[in-house]
Amino acid sequence: MFAYYLDLALRSLKRNKVLTTLMILALALGIGATITTLTVLRLLSGDPLPQKSAQLFYPQIDPNPKDGYVAGETKPAPTMTYPDAMNLLHARRATRQAAIVLSQAKVMPLQANSHPFFSDTVMTTADFFAMFDAPFQFGGGWNANDDEGAAQEVVIASFLNDKLFGGTNSVGKVIRINDHDFRITGVLKPWAPQPRFYSQDLGGRSYGDGDAVFLPLKSGRAIKMGPGDIECYAAVSDMDHLEAAPCMWVGVWVELGDAASIASFKEYLANYAKQQVSLSRFQRSETSLLDLMGWLRDQQVVPDDVRLQAGLAFGFLLICVVNTVGLLLAKCLRRSREIGVRRALGATRSAIFAQFMVEAAIVGMAGGVLGLVFAELGLLGIRHQPAEYASLAHLDLAMFLFTFVVALVASLIAGILPAWRACVLAPAPQLKAA
Amino acid sequence: MDILPILTTLRRHKITAFLVILEIALTCAIICNAVFLISQRIERIHMPSGVAEHELIQIELASIGAKADEFARAQEDLAAIRQIPGVTQVASVAQVPFGSSSNNAGIRIDPNQPKSMIDASTYYGENLIETYGARLIAGRNLRADDYRSMDAVMEGVRSGDTKLFPATAIITQSMAKRLWPDQDALGKSIYIGKIPLQVVGILENLVRPSIEDDSTANYSAVIPIKLAQGQYVIRTAPGDRERVLKIALEKLKQNNPHRIVVQKRTWDEIRGNFFQNDRSMTGLLIGVCVALLLVTALGIVGLGSFWVAQRRRMIGVRRALGATRHDILHYFQTENFLLATIGIALGMVLAYGINLFLMTKYELPRLPATYFPIGAIALWIIGQLAVLGPAMRASMVPPVVATRSV
Repeated sequence: MFAYYLDLALRSLKRNKVLTTLMILALALGIGATITTLTVLRLLSGDPLPQKSAQLFYPQIDPNPKDGYVAGETKPAPTMTYPDAMNLLHARRATRQAAIVLSQAKVMPLQANSHPFFSDTVMTTADFFAMFDAPFQFGGGWNANDDEGAAQEVVIASFLNDKLFGGTNSVGKVIRINDHDFRITGVLKPWAPQPRFYSQDLGGRSYGDGDAVFLPLKSGRAIKMGPGDIECYAAVSDMDHLEAAPCMWVGVWVELGDAASIASFKEYLANYAKQQVSLSRFQRSETSLLDLMGWLRDQQVVPDDVRLQAGLAFGFLLICVVNTVGLLLAKCLRRSREIGVRRALGATRSAIFAQFMVEAAIVGMAGGVLGLVFAELGLLGIRHQPAEYASLAHLDLAMFLFTFVVALVASLIAGILPAWRACVLAPAPQLKAA
Repeated sequence: MDILPILTTLRRHKITAFLVILEIALTCAIICNAVFLISQRIERIHMPSGVAEHELIQIELASIGAKADEFARAQEDLAAIRQIPGVTQVASVAQVPFGSSSNNAGIRIDPNQPKSMIDASTYYGENLIETYGARLIAGRNLRADDYRSMDAVMEGVRSGDTKLFPATAIITQSMAKRLWPDQDALGKSIYIGKIPLQVVGILENLVRPSIEDDSTANYSAVIPIKLAQGQYVIRTAPGDRERVLKIALEKLKQNNPHRIVVQKRTWDEIRGNFFQNDRSMTGLLIGVCVALLLVTALGIVGLGSFWVAQRRRMIGVRRALGATRHDILHYFQTENFLLATIGIALGMVLAYGINLFLMTKYELPRLPATYFPIGAIALWIIGQLAVLGPAMRASMVPPVVATRSV
């Protein structure tokens, strides 16, 4: 039966080529636009560490002065001072914890006549790699003693290893950073969470290849590596000794296994803030402990423009669907006589309905295929945009399949009204008119 | 042209008529808002900067490990650049308008105010106003004796010796108006923390880097602090920029070959980069508008053709009863106009609704009433153009059709 409907539908579509082309083209434009913007939206609002994100939390406290404080309405500061970060770290209340500061390192290549270059750098503490599931290609990270002793040790990204050592095992070799020698303890496999959640509000980029150099926080500070973003809440006299300055420039991440440990960490954080208030170090006692996805939402990693574009694309698709409803209806009403003949010869209403839905589905599938082409073109355009995430905009298998789901659903919705109109037509008047 | 018969006919094609109206309404609503967004973006892209836009070059160098004679080295760099033929001004700066890195400070007009009134960008550097070409509209320019070195300021913060701080500042007109709405700002003092700075001059405009809120984009203060941060801005004739940039880079390299050039570009490029997102968004919105109008037009052509085909007999009868080709043409044109008008009216309401939604979600301003006619006219024109083909075909239907049973 289905094969017969298919044959009828194809015949009908062929009979009016212009109208069919118009329908498919309009639907394809709408689908192409929707898939393009949804791909970008999905890319930007995606989970950078799906296997781990539910266990990662970002504690926040607030050392800002009382100025401008409204109880209950003021959000705690996005980053921490060095002493607070160290206090939280040394308390070891979580399964794992790491302090993070972003910077730029001047890396000196080994070749004699090549120029130094800047690399994105993370100054952090030992738990970073295990906590964020950063996989090692060679060697491993450093340990807590190296953190305290400011060991001149470093972990490098695979792309930096390729550039400096041609991809060979470079563990134990020496690399020159800011004119100091550092020993390589490990080389990561390609690792670049998108977005780079740990760089939010620390002055780093959100998308791209990932960071190149990872070294202990104290070691980086010992060679005068400065943070990418500093926020001070009181006058500062000495930017060289930020550790003691009233400035916030450290992010802290903790890993918490279960609901009980989350609750107890929350309590610990609240007590810490209260204790600091009672010591008059703090004036505000607000704290926050957002999980990874909550922190990304809080940071509004998805730009408003991208949401607006997605909304616009959906509006466009809606208009295209209305357009298709109109055109399908026109086509089907024109065939009233044919329907009358089929009904008179014994076709049931549901048979007519099915026939027209098959026709709509064919238009939808054709629209989907063409829409896929438009989406690829749209993404090609996005990849040529200046945005940081541009090069990541690709259609994956899920979106590829989703395109056809959207196309089919859109065309079937568009097909319902015409198909229903067709099946309720009384056969007798149509035959009489002939 | 009588409208009543058209209405009677339309009543027999409720669903198709409704679909046309719906499509026109949706398109109209989106077009109104999209055109508004486009105009907002275009206005933003043309945001005035207050500087000599086509005469500036920025060079930023990075050298790791601060040397004690940093300031003397900067003077050498400046002297070398000044010697290049065609260079009119040069300054060592910490930030450029529309650049990405910025220094900002909370500003009070009374040290006892509990909270700073505004957040303003602070420009440091000798000869900065002349080099940027910002226009002084009141007061005087900064003088040599106004300037303090950055090291002295840091020493002052450490020791509490207020003589080491600068005591003057030049602010922009819009910042002055915000701080003292009804008074002359000249001679008054702004406070950064507890440090007073007397306003000695007012600039027409000087836009800040990394703008977070467009309404405060022009809140900038120029504070007389000498700098040596390896960032230079050169002013030269527009046609000389490429050549001067090349020579300047060579000279800087001669002065100290161990530096990395982080940035070398004309100020036009800086502006271009700053508004790149707005430009691509504008392009995208224009594209969507065109595609929408196209799809709507195609829909009208499709349904129009269907209607004409369906009413061949009726047209034939009318022609046989004496209607001219013109009458038939007009009939379909009026019908389309009627549908478009209803659609546009609905679309306006919808456009207003979308705007309300965008206002709450994206902090957009209210859609000015002037944008409604734009959507209306666009759709009337598109509707008339789209229906022209089918209407012409209808007017060609011969009267003899009336005598045949179709």
